[in-house]
Amino acid sequence: MQNALKELILQMADDALVLGHRNSEWTGIGPMLEEDLAFSSMAQDKIGHALALYTILHEHMGEPDPDKLGFMRKEEEYRCCQFVELPIGEYDFTLARHFLYDHAELIRYEMLVNCPFEPLAQMARKVRGELKYHVLHADTFLRELARGTEESKARMQAAIRYAWPYALGMFEITDADAQLAAAGAYAGEKERRSRWLSTVSSIINDAGLQVPEPDEAKAIYGGRKGYHSEYLKPLLDEMTEVVRLDPTAEW
Amino acid sequence: METHTKNFTAEEIRSALEQVKDPEIPVLSIVEMGMVSKIDADAEVPVVVLTPTFVGCPALNLIRQSAVEALKERGIHAEVKFDLSDKWTTNRLSPQAKEKLEKFGLAPPPYLSDEELTEEQLNRVRCPHCHSTDTTLRTAFGSTLCRAIRFCFTCRQAFEQFKPVA
Ligand SMILES: [Zn+2]
Repeated sequence: MQNALKELILQMADDALVLGHRNSEWTGIGPMLEEDLAFSSMAQDKIGHALALYTILHEHMGEPDPDKLGFMRKEEEYRCCQFVELPIGEYDFTLARHFLYDHAELIRYEMLVNCPFEPLAQMARKVRGELKYHVLHADTFLRELARGTEESKARMQAAIRYAWPYALGMFEITDADAQLAAAGAYAGEKERRSRWLSTVSSIINDAGLQVPEPDEAKAIYGGRKGYHSEYLKPLLDEMTEVVRLDPTAEW
Repeated sequence: METHTKNFTAEEIRSALEQVKDPEIPVLSIVEMGMVSKIDADAEVPVVVLTPTFVGCPALNLIRQSAVEALKERGIHAEVKFDLSDKWTTNRLSPQAKEKLEKFGLAPPPYLSDEELTEEQLNRVRCPHCHSTDTTLRTAFGSTLCRAIRFCFTCRQAFEQFKPVA
């Protein structure tokens, strides 16, 4: 059970760390100043959440300190899904990923507010309030672009379609899943996927866009078991570089 | 041990913490912000537990250091730590704190009656310049994690808000 919990917390922390770093790449180049601020703030939130999760692993579960966990593991030891690894691409893709990912993340925290492992439950109760703003932001912009010009609508639809198999990959099931469910710690990825699908489908439909088929066979899995896309390694090297150059660098 | 010849009360510790400001909100002390969750004055080394406003707030370390310093200045050697055992929400801001925020030009967060942040709750915000409530959210992400940017239709100005967090 302890190991299954560690596995889950690592998945959560690594997702937040990697996507936080990706989103921070928009700093200074966002399409408008307000969006620049939004992605920088959300990146700061996510990296802070990763740090808090690594701290739980360190203080309660005997794992190395947060800097080592965050920056000094081998690529195959990371448990993030491949979805968060992808480059920021065009703004449409970033927005589609932000929308699809943040709803899934919020649901994961909501499913943990009564987790019997109290440090994780406390974290979930706190972070849930912060993430409300992330999904609010995503929903607003998705609607605006979908109701904008024909072109912005078509681009948004294409971005969702492209992101979809990767998004399904967020819910990859590992050995930890059944153990956590049996222990009443976390209801599991199947449950999370079904809640997520109903939330995002109704927003996508509302915006006048089409929900791609949730075809299991197309899901891009691997990340949760340490098989990553070609994009993770260079990102990790870049992140580690900062730590190597200045070991006292603040997060 | 010489340093413990005098014991300090929780009130004395709290009063020292009133000198500590959140660098992002320079008009409020961490006491007014509702960040001080517990003071254990009776422990051999007194313990102060602070609750972070935002988990990713970059100023947390600085705040802890300033708290340790402010206590030291009064001869109090205490352990200051952050934890999440108590949840911080904007309802923990005192009424005086909200007044100070508004004078500072930062619209205070509305009182939240439950955990859900509904649109209605998000939009009950008064412009700090002209006090009109005819305002709208421009972006939930301002210059710091705790600030949102709103627009006032009456005086046609953008203003910053301390955003409500449940
Ligand atoms: Zn006004």
